[in-house]
Amino acid sequence: MSTRVAVVGVGQTPFTRNCGMSIRELCFEAFKDAVEDINLTPREIDASIVCSAPEYDKQRSPSSLISEYLGLTPKPTFYAESLCSSSTTGFRIAYSFIKSGLHDVVAVIGFQKMSELSSAEVQERMGRGADIQWETPFGSMMPAGYALYARAHMQKYGTTEEQLAKVRVKSGKYSVLNPLAMFQRVLTLEECLSARVISSPLKLFDCCANADGASCVILASEEKARKITDTPVWVAGVGSATDTLSTTGRTNFTGLTCAVEAARQAYKMAGIGPDDVDVAEVHDCFTIAEIMAYENLGFCKPGEGGKLIEESQTYIGGKIPVNVDGGLLSKGHPIGATGGSQIRTIVLQLQGEAGKVQVDGAEIGLVHNVGGVGVYANVIILRR
Amino acid sequence: MSFSMFGKISYISETKVSDFIKHLENNKIMATRCKRCGKLYFPPRADCPYDLSSDMVWEELSGKCKLITYTTLYFAPSGFEDDIPYTIAVAQLEEGVTVYARLSKEIKDDEIQVGMDLKLVPVHLPNGRISYELKKP
Repeated sequence: MSTRVAVVGVGQTPFTRNCGMSIRELCFEAFKDAVEDINLTPREIDASIVCSAPEYDKQRSPSSLISEYLGLTPKPTFYAESLCSSSTTGFRIAYSFIKSGLHDVVAVIGFQKMSELSSAEVQERMGRGADIQWETPFGSMMPAGYALYARAHMQKYGTTEEQLAKVRVKSGKYSVLNPLAMFQRVLTLEECLSARVISSPLKLFDCCANADGASCVILASEEKARKITDTPVWVAGVGSATDTLSTTGRTNFTGLTCAVEAARQAYKMAGIGPDDVDVAEVHDCFTIAEIMAYENLGFCKPGEGGKLIEESQTYIGGKIPVNVDGGLLSKGHPIGATGGSQIRTIVLQLQGEAGKVQVDGAEIGLVHNVGGVGVYANVIILRR
Repeated sequence: MSFSMFGKISYISETKVSDFIKHLENNKIMATRCKRCGKLYFPPRADCPYDLSSDMVWEELSGKCKLITYTTLYFAPSGFEDDIPYTIAVAQLEEGVTVYARLSKEIKDDEIQVGMDLKLVPVHLPNGRISYELKKP
């Protein structure tokens, strides 16, 4: 009979600008944070999966470097990439390794050191996130991709710029309680609304920022998990889907179809529905992304995401607390590390270790991690 | 003309659909249609994944379309800074396919309306480059 799979350890570095470390050292800090408080030595780790977006790396094939620095050789190591959802893709691979019986304990290490490149180099790469044959030549970039969704959502459902700004106000409120967040700053609605426009209707505070950082998640089979920790968090459901890279391949501009499908799979596997989720981490790379996530995950009906934040239902004490660690908007978004950071937040919530942002009695948590403008989606459901 | 002349900056020089540029120079915006299953592709594709066929025929589009969504950029990737601000739009052509293009600067901000009628037309850019854009019909 195949084993249950648990998360037994989570770790993360501060997310910052110009972290002052090389990528191997960044990964070591997250790895140490994940392993030091559990009954596990690096020698007991059977395999590792290293996750990042390679266009920001100088190092070719970073998994070999990271594996060596963490003392994991000669165990197998693999490299996983799906843009901003790379480390939840790594998580899915780790889950399947353990479920199949191939490995018992697997480390998923996500990182990005975006300050390794000059601003000009980063700018150049930003345009190439779209279809380089038919879309990049028009001057596309990430904020513009989500801005197209924001405009369509506002047009169809009457979502307002105030509602978008309220997502960032919530993020700011919780950011000051997260010592690992890059921006620990309370923002007023007026500050958000009066900020300069980046790609209409998205303004400065509707957008997350590049960062340096690393995260680490250790997964184990049930038998091993019981020996490693007293507080394993069980993987109840995993879902994964894609949509076209090209904008012209899309038919829906008011929601992320891949996220809807990934959520459907994860809920089905876990045998639960959206109302059963006690706390969620969603991929708020832009404020509109969080509003669409509410709808795509079934926390409200399509078109009612703006109303959900308007009514403060996604704060602690509301119907479904979302991104109570500040989310990507405040934490910063070191691409390969982000999914692991989201998993860490939910695991700490389910272990009752979330401190000032603890959601009382949280039993079931959800992670929604999206790569590109709705190109890749992973949804993970965890259970105490 | 090589496909590398398409748009303001092109990262592609070789493609099986490079004739698209030749047609664009002749003031035609062309799609491809799979001869086997009949599916229309725009942007044009050389290969149909549904029946693994590369037997395609070029077909001219009317250019008539409606605006689905748009955004005006005040911050641009490298190489596009001197165009700021510019508007990127997605429009649905009457043939059913979708186009991603710039909205002509002739259209004023307060004239832009989701659902408005537009026309997709070839446009000559500086330095002998060529592209298409969305204009008022």
